[in-house]
Amino acid sequence: MELVTPALGLMFWMFVTFAIIFLLLKKFAWKPILKMIKEREDSIDSAIQSAEKARQEMKELQAGNERILAEARAASDTLLKDARDAKDAIIAEAKTKAKSEADRLVAQARETINNEKLAAITELKNQVATLSIDIAEKILREQFSSDEKQKAHINNLMKEVTLN
Amino acid sequence: MSNKINIFSVKNFCFSLFVAVLTLLPAKTFAYEPIEEENNHDEVIDTVSAAKHAEGNSTAFNAGEMIIEHIGDSHQWHLWGDHGHAVHIPLPVILWTDKGLEIFSSSKVEHHEDIYEGTHYKYMLHNEHIEVVDNFGNVDEEATAKIKDFSITKNALTIIVSALIMLLIFIKVAKSYKRREGMAPKGLQSFMEPLILFIRDDVAKTSIGEKKYERYMPYLLTAFFFIFFNNLMGLIPIFPFGANLTGNISVCLVLAGITLVVTLISGNGHYWRHIFAMPGVPIPVLIILTPIELIGVVLRPFVLMIRLFANITAGHIIALAFFSLIFIFGEKSTGAGYGVSVVSIAFTVFMGFLELLVAFLQAYVFTLLSAIYIGAAVEEGHHEHEHHVEKGHEATHVIA
Amino acid sequence: MLLEVPLAAGVAAIGAGVAALAAGLGIGRIGGSALESIARQPEAVNDIRSNMILAAALVEGAAFFAMVVALLVVLAK
Repeated sequence: MELVTPALGLMFWMFVTFAIIFLLLKKFAWKPILKMIKEREDSIDSAIQSAEKARQEMKELQAGNERILAEARAASDTLLKDARDAKDAIIAEAKTKAKSEADRLVAQARETINNEKLAAITELKNQVATLSIDIAEKILREQFSSDEKQKAHINNLMKEVTLN
Repeated sequence: MSNKINIFSVKNFCFSLFVAVLTLLPAKTFAYEPIEEENNHDEVIDTVSAAKHAEGNSTAFNAGEMIIEHIGDSHQWHLWGDHGHAVHIPLPVILWTDKGLEIFSSSKVEHHEDIYEGTHYKYMLHNEHIEVVDNFGNVDEEATAKIKDFSITKNALTIIVSALIMLLIFIKVAKSYKRREGMAPKGLQSFMEPLILFIRDDVAKTSIGEKKYERYMPYLLTAFFFIFFNNLMGLIPIFPFGANLTGNISVCLVLAGITLVVTLISGNGHYWRHIFAMPGVPIPVLIILTPIELIGVVLRPFVLMIRLFANITAGHIIALAFFSLIFIFGEKSTGAGYGVSVVSIAFTVFMGFLELLVAFLQAYVFTLLSAIYIGAAVEEGHHEHEHHVEKGHEATHVIA
Repeated sequence: MLLEVPLAAGVAAIGAGVAALAAGLGIGRIGGSALESIARQPEAVNDIRSNMILAAALVEGAAFFAMVVALLVVLAK
């Protein structure tokens, strides 16, 4: 019976001691410990959160960088393409222009040449005509410089002229 | 003595082991038998003379007496030796008599025949009871009933020692928290932190709820560590440890009582409404249900008390019973004693490991159940589902 | 004889033994079912554990009542 009968004295000491350690531990141990644990957990939580945030930002930054890089690359590509096109166009235009110019020059030259030729020919014709007249005059003068010659010539001519 | 039957004529060692392990109580019952025999002498004088007689010529080992002595409370701290050659640490006896306070050392009434003449009465110690006697050792029952024993007994001293140890440890831990603010725990701190977190997260938060658990944390932590430390201290058989404190009904009663008071104080309208007038239950049923619920309120801490008491006491009894076997067999023949000691020690070591587990488990169960009772008291009752679960528990409680 | 006990104490011991046996069976079932549920739903292990302990504690409570009754029979004079 002793074993299962509560003893008043022991209950008293138990209650008093338990109350005292409860109050002391509450004030000097549990409150600070729980507070510190909570604070540390919060700080760890916030650290993890900020790390996560930083990681996210980094990721975004990286994505931004990549986007900018891609854009730059695209821009440079278009630029190069444009330049190449412009170059091609310029070259083509220059080519056409040069060709037409050359053609024009050639045509002009050809015309000039023709004109010159015609002029030269005309000149030549005129000179030839003058020369011919001169020659003919000289010849005639020569032939008719003496009477014998005139006679001889007329004789010749007379000979040719047959009376038919 | 005539109504004795011989249940087990145990020469069969294995069978007695089996019985001891299978049922905790029978081990106790059998072990208790010699005391029973002694106590059947009704007159105290008879017992005193019988005890004197036993002291005088008996070297016979009395397992029941030894076990009861070890698990019970005592006015002196027994260190070693037995009967005539025992070495004790005397503890103060504090008596509140109808005539006033009386304080003296227990060494004054150490032996069975010792009569101490105090200021108000003459005292004798009989079966760990301080009794008022006359000059010839005759007990004055009337005066004895009037004195209140507030002695610092073995268990009271253990309470104080464990309180000091707890203060020392946790104030140190608190200091190291302050010193190493925001840093990882170290040393003693890292040993205690998982336990504190365990109580907070797995016991308080889940049972009481995120919102209200903080208020009850100091009590839950103090109760848990008090029980846990004393369970462990009970397993160490050297002074100033080894008292069967958490296996003492007074201690368990106070602890369970505090849980009951905390539960009743925290009980909100929802809790009381469910006890006195369960919503949705017709009045005739309520007439039956309300008393049952009311009994349940007290029953739950009562079971809490019995559980802790029985588990820890049983652990102590088993360990002691295994040791007793050595001496019981040793009395028959020395060789048998040595032979049994091997098995006994092996079993005691095994039980020791089991008791380590039980030490933690019982502290946990006590704290968890306290938290669940408090949680039921502070529950707001918005969740229909939880409500049903709670009802389920109530029902089982009532059955229990 | 090593173990000579009064009749009432012997009967009480048998009663306590039966109570322990029944409680053992009950707690065994609780533990077994809890393990099964944990195997099925490992994520609910915390809920299951605390409910298991609660249920085991209740069964244990019944056993303790038997034990206390037995103790009273043995110790009451």
